[in-house]
Amino acid sequence: MRHLGKQEIEDIAVGAALLGTGGGGDPYIGKLMAIQAFEEFGPITLLSVDEIPDDALVVASGGMGAPTVLVEKIPSGQEVSKAFKGLANYMGKEVFATYPIEAGGINSMLPLALAAKLGLPVVDVDGMGRAFPELQMTTFYLDGINATPMVLADEKDNVTIMDTIDNSWTERLARSVTVQMGGSATCAIYPMTGKNLKESGIHNILKLEEEIGRAIRLAKETNLDPVQEILKLTSGFELFIGKVVDVNRKTEGGWTHGTAKIEGLLEYKGEDLELSFQNEHLLARTKDRLLCVTPDLIAVVDSETGLPITTEGLRYGARVVVIGMPCHPKWRTPKGIETVGPRYFRYDVDYTPVEQLVKKGSVVK
Amino acid sequence: MSYRIGIDVGGTHTDAVLMDKDYRVLAKTKTSTTQDVSSGIYAAMREVIAESGVPREQIRYAMLGTTHCTNAIVERKHLNQIAVIRIGAPATLAIKPLIGVPDDLRAHLGKHVYIVSGGHEFDGKEITKLNEAELYRIANEIKDEVDSVAVASVFSPVSKEHELRAAEILREVLGEEAPISLSYEIGSVGLLERENATILNAAIVNVAKTTATGFINALKAENVDARVFFGQNDGTLMSVEYAMKYPILTIGCGPTNSIRGASYLSGLANALVVDAGGTTTDIGVLVNSFPRESSLAVEIGGARTNFRMPDLISIGLGGGTIVRIQDDGSFTVGPDSVGYQLPQKGLAFGGDTLTTTDVLIALKKSDLGDAEKVAHLDQDILLKVYDRIVEMAEEAIDKMKTSAEPVPVILVGGGSILFPDELKGVSQIIRPENFGVANAIGAAISQISGQIDRVFSLDEMGRDQTLALAKSIAVDEAISAGADPATVEIVEFEDIPLSYLGNATRIRVKAAGTLSLANMVSAREEVSNS
Repeated sequence: MRHLGKQEIEDIAVGAALLGTGGGGDPYIGKLMAIQAFEEFGPITLLSVDEIPDDALVVASGGMGAPTVLVEKIPSGQEVSKAFKGLANYMGKEVFATYPIEAGGINSMLPLALAAKLGLPVVDVDGMGRAFPELQMTTFYLDGINATPMVLADEKDNVTIMDTIDNSWTERLARSVTVQMGGSATCAIYPMTGKNLKESGIHNILKLEEEIGRAIRLAKETNLDPVQEILKLTSGFELFIGKVVDVNRKTEGGWTHGTAKIEGLLEYKGEDLELSFQNEHLLARTKDRLLCVTPDLIAVVDSETGLPITTEGLRYGARVVVIGMPCHPKWRTPKGIETVGPRYFRYDVDYTPVEQLVKKGSVVK
Repeated sequence: MSYRIGIDVGGTHTDAVLMDKDYRVLAKTKTSTTQDVSSGIYAAMREVIAESGVPREQIRYAMLGTTHCTNAIVERKHLNQIAVIRIGAPATLAIKPLIGVPDDLRAHLGKHVYIVSGGHEFDGKEITKLNEAELYRIANEIKDEVDSVAVASVFSPVSKEHELRAAEILREVLGEEAPISLSYEIGSVGLLERENATILNAAIVNVAKTTATGFINALKAENVDARVFFGQNDGTLMSVEYAMKYPILTIGCGPTNSIRGASYLSGLANALVVDAGGTTTDIGVLVNSFPRESSLAVEIGGARTNFRMPDLISIGLGGGTIVRIQDDGSFTVGPDSVGYQLPQKGLAFGGDTLTTTDVLIALKKSDLGDAEKVAHLDQDILLKVYDRIVEMAEEAIDKMKTSAEPVPVILVGGGSILFPDELKGVSQIIRPENFGVANAIGAAISQISGQIDRVFSLDEMGRDQTLALAKSIAVDEAISAGADPATVEIVEFEDIPLSYLGNATRIRVKAAGTLSLANMVSAREEVSNS
C-alpha cells in the first residue's frame, strides 16, 4: 500500500496519456479531478493486487462517451457514488476497491478521483495496459469475464444498471444510454473477485505510468532526451521522427477514423510514415514496410518535450517522434489478436510483434 | 484622402507608422517602450503625425496593438476584484473554477467563486433549469465587493441563453454599467479553458479601460478624431468599445502583427517569416496572409486558456550572439548574446566580445563597425563559423516547412543582415523596406473578422448545408463587426467529427475582410456611447 499525492497524480497523468496511444482523451480533466479530490479528501490509497482478498468485490470505474463533451460538461463527482451504490445493491455485496479499466488520459485518472471521494482504495492494475475503444477489448474478456453487471450514471442522478447476454449488447446499450445522458457518463464496469483481477489483469500499470511521467519530467529538468527515457521504461523502439503534414479524419459509426502523414526528418528524411487511427493509433507504416501494429502500442510524442499527443491533437506542422512498444503478452495469444489485432479493425495485415518488425527494418536499412 | 496610424507596443520598442489609404508608409518611428507604456505611445504618435505633416482631420483610423493587458496578468498588477459565476451544477462540481491555476493568481481571483445550476447539453437542451433565485442572491452578496464579474455556462458556445439571462440579473442588481464578461464571447468548447480566459478578462477590464481612454485622450490632445481599434491575437481588429469589454482578446497580438506586417510589406500571402533580432531569431509561417496557429493550449500568466497563438520557433541566434573560438579551432555559436549592447561590447565596435556581427564584419560581408579591429582573426575559422550560422537558420527554417518544396522567406529585423541572399530550401529571399516597423504596419492593416465555433448536428440539414450555414454565420459576423462585404472571405476552416455522438461535428470557421469605409463612427462618439 502507498499513498498518491499531487506530484504522483501529475506524473501518472502524463504516463497514462503515453500508454493511451493517442486515445483516451485529454489527461487534463482527469488530472484536475484527481487534484481537487486530493485537495478535499487527502492522499489517494493505492494497493497492489496482492493486497486484495480473493473474495473481495472490485469494480472498474471510469468515464464513457465523447472526450469533447467531457471537457465541457465535467462530471459532478457524485455520479460514481450512485453507480457504486446501484451496483452493490444489485450484487448484494459492498465494493472493496476500484481500478482503472484502461491506460489513457481520462480513464486512468478518474478512478483516482472517484476513489478519493468514496474513501476506497485504488488497485494498481488494469484490463488493457493501453487504451482501446470497445468494452470487450480487455484481458478480462480473454479469460471469459463479463463486463456486466455494469452501471452508467449521470450528473442528473440517473442510474442505469445493465446485465446483458454478451459484450456486443453491452456496447450497443451502453452507447445509446450514454448519448441520452448527454454524450458523457460515469460508469462502473467489470465487477469481479480479487482472485479474477489478480489472474486476468495487467499488474503495476499505474506504477509504470508514474515512472514514465516522472522520467519525462526529470528529462526536461536534467536535459536528457525524454524519448530515450520512455524507450528504456517500456522496452520500446523509436520508429520514426518527422513532422505531421496531413491529417484526415472522418466519423464512421460514431468513431473517429483517420490517417496522418508524417514526413521524415533527420535520419528519416525522404521517407513518409502513415499512421492509421481509430480513436487510438493502430498502425504505423512507410511505403515499404510495416513498423508497428495493434495490439502493440504506438505513441506519438512531441519531439522536444516528449509529451504525448492525442489523435485529436494531431495537427499539421507538429514535430513528433513515433514510438512502438510491445503490448502485454496476454494480447499476443490467438484470442487476443482476434479481439484487438489489425484484422478486427479492418486493416489487411497480419499481426507481427514490433520487435520483429523493427529487426526486419534494420536489416533493410 | 484618409490616413491611419498603427502603433505596436512590444517589450523593448514602441513602433508607430502613419499610412495613407493605399497603405503607403508616410512616416515611421521606433522608440523605447516606457515603464508606464502610455507615454511611449503618445511620443511615438506625436512623432509620426509631425513627420508626415498630413492634415490631422484626415487621420481617420488609429490601430493599437499593445501588451498592457498581458503585462497586467503576468505581473499580477492592477487586477480587478472579481466574482466568478459558473453555471453548470450539478455537472462540473468535480473541478471547481481556478483549480489548476497558479496559487497566487487563484488567491487573487478566487475570492468570490460560485457554481449555480443550469447549463446545456451538447445538443442545446438544458441540463437543468437556470437557478435564477440563486443568481439574485449572489448578485446582492457581491454588490459593492467586486469591480467585475465573469460568467461561464456549460456548452455556452452551443447555447448562450443562460449566460445572457445571468447577465440580465446581474445588471439588474449591480447596475447597467457593471462590467460582466460572458464566456461565449471569449472562447470555444472546453469549459475550463474558456472559463479561465473569461476570468482573466474580468480581471483586466479596468486596465483596458484606462489604456483605451488614455489612447483616445492622446489622440484628442493631438486634435485627431480617428476611429480607434485594438489588435487581436488573430491579426484582426476590434472596436474600442469591444476591446474594453473583452480585453483578453488583445493578448498576443505582437507576433501576429509582425507576421502580418511582413506579409504586407513583401506582397506575399504564403511564406515563412524570419524575424532576426539581437538575441533570437523567430520563425513563423504565413498561410493566406495570416499566421499559422499553434496547436498547443496557450497559458496566460500560468492559466490554461483555449486561445490560439501564432506557431513560432525561436532559436538563440541574433546579431549579438556570442561566438567563442578555442585554441584548437573548435568553436560555439551562442546561445547567449550581448543583445542591445552590441554597439558597446562587439569587438568591431571597440568592445571585447566576439559576436556574430563581428564575424560578418571580419569576412567583409558588412561595413558596420571597424574592420581593422577584427582583422587579426583567422579567416578560415571565421568562414566555418559563418557556415554554421547559415546552417542554424536553414535547420530552423526546415523545421517550420510543411513540405520539401522550396518556399519564399521574408527576412525582417535588425539581425537579418547575418543571412545571405541564398538559403537551402528557400526559393526566394525578400528583405522588405520598412521592415523595422513591420509590427506597427501589421497593426495598421489588420482586418475585421467574424467567427463561429460550435457543435452542429448533421441530422437536420446534412453535411453540405450545415457547413454552408456555419460559413455564412461567420461571414455575417464579420460584416456586422464592420468588414466590407465585398472583401470578406473564409480564412480558416476546421471540421472535427465528434466521436461517440453519432452525427455531430464541431465546426470552426473564421471569416475576415478589410475595414468598411461606410458607417464610420468617430472615437468621440464611441466613448460617449459606451
